[in-house]
Amino acid sequence: MKPCRWFDPDRGHIRNDQSSIIHKQIITMEKKGLNLTLKIWRQENAQTKGEFKTYRIGNISPDCSFLEMLDQLNEQLVDKIEKPVCFDHDCREGICGMCSLFINGRPHGNDTGITTCQLHMRRFKDGDTIWIEPWRSAAFPVIKDLVVDRSAFDRIIRAGGYVSVNTGGVPDGNAIPVKKKNADLAMDAAACIGCGACVAACKNASAMLFVSAKVSQFALLPQGKLEAKERVSKMVARMDELGFGNCTNTGACEAECPKEIKITNIARMNRQYYISQFA
Amino acid sequence: MIQLDAKIPEGPVARKWTEYKAHQNLVNPANKRKLDIIIVGTGLAGAAAAASCGEMGFNVLNFCMQDSPRRAHSIAAQGGINAAKNYQNDGDSVYRLFYDTIKGGDFRAREANVYRLAEVSNNIIDQCVAQGVPFAREYGGLLDNRSFGGAQVSRTFYARGQTGQQLLLGAYSALSRQIEKGSVKMYTRREMLDVVIIDGKARGIIARNLVTGEIEKYAAHAVVIATGGYGNVFFLSTNAMGSNGSAAWQCYKRGAAFGNPCYVQIHPTCIPVHGDYQSKLTLMSESLRNDGRIWVPGKKEDAEAIRAGKLKPTQIGEEDRDYYLERRYPAFGNLSPRDISSRAAKERCDAGYGVGETGLAVYLDFASAIQRLGKSVIEARYGNLFQMYEKIVNENPYETPMMIYPAIHYSMGGIWVDYELQTTIPGLFAAGEANFSDHGANRLGASALMQGLADGYFVLPYTIQNYLAPEIKTPRFSTDLPEFNEAAKGVEEKINRLMNIKGKHSVDHFQKKLGRIMWEKVGMGRTGKSLTEAIEEIKAVRREFWQDVRITGSTGELNPELEKALRTADHLELGELMAMDALLREESCGGHFREEHQTPDGEALRHDDRFMYVSCWEYAGHDKEPVLHREPLNYEVIKVATRNYK
Repeated sequence: MKPCRWFDPDRGHIRNDQSSIIHKQIITMEKKGLNLTLKIWRQENAQTKGEFKTYRIGNISPDCSFLEMLDQLNEQLVDKIEKPVCFDHDCREGICGMCSLFINGRPHGNDTGITTCQLHMRRFKDGDTIWIEPWRSAAFPVIKDLVVDRSAFDRIIRAGGYVSVNTGGVPDGNAIPVKKKNADLAMDAAACIGCGACVAACKNASAMLFVSAKVSQFALLPQGKLEAKERVSKMVARMDELGFGNCTNTGACEAECPKEIKITNIARMNRQYYISQFA
Repeated sequence: MIQLDAKIPEGPVARKWTEYKAHQNLVNPANKRKLDIIIVGTGLAGAAAAASCGEMGFNVLNFCMQDSPRRAHSIAAQGGINAAKNYQNDGDSVYRLFYDTIKGGDFRAREANVYRLAEVSNNIIDQCVAQGVPFAREYGGLLDNRSFGGAQVSRTFYARGQTGQQLLLGAYSALSRQIEKGSVKMYTRREMLDVVIIDGKARGIIARNLVTGEIEKYAAHAVVIATGGYGNVFFLSTNAMGSNGSAAWQCYKRGAAFGNPCYVQIHPTCIPVHGDYQSKLTLMSESLRNDGRIWVPGKKEDAEAIRAGKLKPTQIGEEDRDYYLERRYPAFGNLSPRDISSRAAKERCDAGYGVGETGLAVYLDFASAIQRLGKSVIEARYGNLFQMYEKIVNENPYETPMMIYPAIHYSMGGIWVDYELQTTIPGLFAAGEANFSDHGANRLGASALMQGLADGYFVLPYTIQNYLAPEIKTPRFSTDLPEFNEAAKGVEEKINRLMNIKGKHSVDHFQKKLGRIMWEKVGMGRTGKSLTEAIEEIKAVRREFWQDVRITGSTGELNPELEKALRTADHLELGELMAMDALLREESCGGHFREEHQTPDGEALRHDDRFMYVSCWEYAGHDKEPVLHREPLNYEVIKVATRNYK
């Protein structure tokens, strides 16, 4: 029973004076630790061609997150004087939208309503092979390995994803009542974290779910109504310009959205769009 | 030698901000276009300041290290934002919010700044509503409120458990509008590595392009640091992985005083540590304490049986549970402030009543709230938090109580600023969590969002104008000036030195080692002995780091190991200053608890006669003892008292 190196008590955060606890953990982990084969997309930069490389990793605790599993792989790569696998991540609590990863053919992996950082290794079995790829879309070029450039989303928001008010000189917060039902629906739409899973999941690499979530949020609130027509037409035009595909109602985006944004937002956006063009 | 001048305006506290604005310098619209402002960071403070300054007509350069300004860690704030609206008709007022914040901060914050914060809190809500932030509403269509720790009124506005996200996206949308208009130029995936000083004034920054590795130079008439806190010195914290104290540390090394580095907040309700591979700790919002009751077993043998897996919490009867917050602090109960709740949890666990595999956890129980209100109400209030908990821990919190334990969360300390949010370096400003100013020794829940947006929307855009008005004749700077080249060269040398160590251990090895020292010895309970040891141990880790760190990859590419190494190098210095500051402050106040200084019943014991001041540290050079300056705190309005939540 050789303790694996990431359970070396000298390296970690658990108190030294609780060595019995650490020992117990090592034993339990060794009992249920996962041994995995990872097929990871490696690509030096945007100019070079990428390829899958195979890595083996052992003794992964089912309680650790997917990104913590990759942290452990990177520790091993650094030990072997190799370049670590680059992947985007930040908050690690499912809200910043920075992490991505296409895992075994699904954005954010084999679970619903979560981002990759919230995917836990208990979703995998000992001996599994895991394929890890970046988001694939012409509008999201690869920067390196699993990191892609999602600035196209920012450019869509810049086209009109706001209410045009300056700081100061606004009415009292309670001056305009908002129907609770609409406020709740607006919040449902506003929960989008801009991760790009919808684009990655869509066979057309369409950004309709992302755009419609922002359009819907403002369309449902009195504050957003004045600019509704301009907003939807500008945002849709920008989306088309940036090379995203069209929507063919397959619903993959809704199925894979970590925030479970509803496809009804796309219907609402289409309605808004028709109004902006013809009414 | 640093001169501390807080520049607090004359007059009664309630008139100070109005008077300031009435007499400050302004810049006319034609001249604003000629003035450049660098803003580092796109969280609530940074994005709000960039958008507001852009709207006013200044030429803004805004930087963030993520791929988009929308990713900043403000986005993770869950529970809410305070404002003194008194919409609930429960007796709230600007004065009461001001008083609660000063008291919550254990009488270690500056009165004038805090009053201004409370004063502009109401404008923030109006602003966010106008931007289309979908705050929670009542059936009548008006804004809803909830309660947070340290207050006896309901003044917290919220958007489900994602208030930070919605407020940040509001600021991000305002920022996006200015980027489209061209008044703000956005630089993503850039990390600031130095601030450039010309003739004693901040005139630019050096940043590393994280994609190409290039060292870039940017010039401006003023620089704003809005880069958040330094909780990741502890390695495990609720901060995002990228959050770091580096930008603030560069300002310190260039001459900005660092205020109260020892004040860090330990949040009572986080998911406990469960393994050594762990990369971060997840917060469970304080709002849960509105309906959740915190307890541990009242009998040691029950706690032991639970730890051994022989007993379930639901099998323990009411009479055998110790609702220790309700017992010790009946007036505030489960909504006692964060520092007090954290210490109370530690006290119970240290005494052997802790639960969970490690014994370092307590229960947060919703059974009585579910019984009283029904599961659907609890689900509507906290659904996303419960889901998050279940995904991480693999237990259903509707059926079995949550397990929680305190974790590092927020830095009250930070760059010292005056009333204008200007540091001791002219032209260098600090906003949001990056500055030290408003929370004293402990921050109340839902006040971080308030401060970030207050600084960004309503304070900084005014005060920076006061600074810039005499600068209208200063032409734009060239980045080819020797000061820029010298700073860029310094950064390149530091990077090359790190890359050439080619040692045996990864960066995380050292950051984890530092984190363990910080948590054990500069954490929730500090002693003169632990702090003295910590200082020596940190020095040793720092020496080892500079001899033995291994960074793979190269400088001219996206290289996360190099990014982490630069941050850890700074954290190894910042951690030492935190310990020094904590050692010097021989009292307990707020988040800073010196075990030697407590009352017979275990409460924090302040020594106002000796420590009623802000510790302001001045950098004295490499490996030299920093110099301490003191900004005395004068309470003109509030009567200083012992904090009492009983």
